[in-house]
Amino acid sequence: MINRRHFLGAAAALPFARAARAADTPGVTAKEIKIGQTMPYSGPASSYGQIGKTEAAFFKMINEQGGINGRQINLISLDDAYSPPKTVEQTRRLVEQEQVAFLFNPLGTAPCLSTRDYLNQNGIPQLFVATGAAAFSDPEHFKWTVGLQPNYQTESAIFGRHILKTKPQAKIAVLYQNDGFGKDYLTGLKAGLGEANIGMIVKEASYETSEPTIDSQVSSCQGSGADVFLMAATPKFAAQAIRKSFDLGWEATRYVTDVSLSIASVMKAAGFEKAKGVITANYGKDASDPRWADDAGLKQYKAFVESRMSVKDLVDSNTIYGYDAAFLLAEVLKRCGDDLSRDNILKQATSIKDFDLPMLLPGVKINTSPSNYSPIRAMQLQTFNGTSWELFGDILQG
Amino acid sequence: MFSRLAWGALFVYAAAAPLWMSGYHLYQFAQVMIYAIALLGLNLLTGFNGQLSLGHGAFFAIGGYGTAILIVKFGLPYYAAIPLASLVCFVAGFLFGFPALRLGGLYLALATFALAVATPQVLAFKGFDAYTGGSQGVQIPKPGPLLGLHMNVDQSVFWLCLMVSLVLFWLAANLVRSRVGRALIAIRDQPIAAETMGVDAALYKTITFGISALYAGVAGGLDAVAVGFVSPESFGLPLSLAFLVGIVIGGLASLPGAIFGALFIEFVPNWADQLTVYFGENAKALPGAVYGVLLILAMALAPSGIAGLFRAFSRRLTKGNAL
Repeated sequence: MINRRHFLGAAAALPFARAARAADTPGVTAKEIKIGQTMPYSGPASSYGQIGKTEAAFFKMINEQGGINGRQINLISLDDAYSPPKTVEQTRRLVEQEQVAFLFNPLGTAPCLSTRDYLNQNGIPQLFVATGAAAFSDPEHFKWTVGLQPNYQTESAIFGRHILKTKPQAKIAVLYQNDGFGKDYLTGLKAGLGEANIGMIVKEASYETSEPTIDSQVSSCQGSGADVFLMAATPKFAAQAIRKSFDLGWEATRYVTDVSLSIASVMKAAGFEKAKGVITANYGKDASDPRWADDAGLKQYKAFVESRMSVKDLVDSNTIYGYDAAFLLAEVLKRCGDDLSRDNILKQATSIKDFDLPMLLPGVKINTSPSNYSPIRAMQLQTFNGTSWELFGDILQG
Repeated sequence: MFSRLAWGALFVYAAAAPLWMSGYHLYQFAQVMIYAIALLGLNLLTGFNGQLSLGHGAFFAIGGYGTAILIVKFGLPYYAAIPLASLVCFVAGFLFGFPALRLGGLYLALATFALAVATPQVLAFKGFDAYTGGSQGVQIPKPGPLLGLHMNVDQSVFWLCLMVSLVLFWLAANLVRSRVGRALIAIRDQPIAAETMGVDAALYKTITFGISALYAGVAGGLDAVAVGFVSPESFGLPLSLAFLVGIVIGGLASLPGAIFGALFIEFVPNWADQLTVYFGENAKALPGAVYGVLLILAMALAPSGIAGLFRAFSRRLTKGNAL
């Protein structure tokens, strides 16, 4: 658990801790800010571990450049294997043993839910949680927990409003994954359509992730006579639904979630021709899109990945995500100045106006306030042209 | 005699631990005791009775969710919720024991494996949402002080786990030393001979399955109370596999083995995570690999489990004394 090196390190840091008593926040000394994080480096969700690795590399770079306001950033990122009992244990270790100032970008809906009460009761910021569940933007009940990416409901509401604008007489069929993710989409769509227009949804079909194929659900959606087809599906099933709806000769306007916008794993699997015309919403830049070749943000990101990580990480959406998240935290800490109390860290994190991140779409900005804990709310629609995504229309606020 | 003294000393030490240990360490050792109870149950089934189960995470989940639902939706106190949920587990295990009768060895392993695979999805099934909270899980309020004594949540949970595990270990120790225990072992080693001796193999096997599930259920219930949260992700396939690792590493058919196994599955993954530091930054994604290596090392150095290692060691000691 605590090895000798840790122990000696802690002992050596003690005098400094005394010296920087003014700050009075655990983990904050005159030379260092200690931050904690739980991340699935092992287990079923271990591909997300890339986010933690990117963030560690980012803060290493910041530290080599002199840190933030003279302080080094010490990010302690622990493996929780995406298992809530382990998340609780590791979070308690971070708070009680390592004495971190706050939690940054811990990953996963269930893992973050399992520690939310503990962190809120003890007044420890749980900043920029890495999950799209709507439950994490609830300042009224959970003052210390702040979200980051647009939640699933936000995106789905954008779809709803887009349908109202472009096809006011639409009949909508929804295919959704039977879990929190899929249900959030359904809720968001209804919110976007508005109470009066819920009748536009003529068919709701759900599937379990254990089902080998969802062909029958797609057929029944077509059979309902709908002319809009919304697929709240994870990549494998989105690819199946896109392919099947095309094979059936169903000429509906098709929407797919941003969870499944990967060209490599979804559009290619469905067939490029068959995926033509599919609409989704996005908030970030695609690193493989030639459109951004001369973009300042992308260049900055690329330089970072090429010098600190490996080239294959460049197009990984998790690398992009981690880079933006770490960039945002660095800004928050900069704004804190020398007042690194937990109150001020939360205050700075929740009073950001129109801040740009390098890998967000132009026009999508970070906005938070004491009553708005969803930093990224805006998205832009895009359509698949058979080879790549094409953005269209304005930036839409969720 | 010597080992009795050692266990007594260990118990006194454990009972006094909440007086100086930090809340975090109490939480960890509460987890160890919870795992030990589950491993004990699995060991009765697999180690003593020879029925292989890869699905004990499922019974652990029933205990956990049962306890959570009884506390949150029905307002029961935890000391009533855990036994009730465990009883449900006993019935579930007993019933599962019937089809298990027809399945031997690897076939039973596969059937129970299916149970472990199905559990998280059944828990997320939308028909049960009103009770299970779907994929959002259930938050459980922290228990009040134990027996009205003046102590905090971590101390209460630790002592609760200690008392429950003590009782369950005592019961298991008596069970395996009794006539029933000898019948279980006979069924494992010589099923035909056991039946000719008049042992009702079907009855003993199904009841063992029930008792084993009961132990897993108690552990699951305690876990729900200790963690304060249950969700489908808490009870995935890795949990069932961890139990199997625990009984094999700890020592099959050994009661103290359950404690060693629990220590292993609680702490070794953490060490694996920390060891990755020494393999450079990019090894951060490798705790699984490091854990695998540690597991292989453990099997190579102690093929009959940690308990077996201790047995060999103490045999050598006593031999040395005799000379």
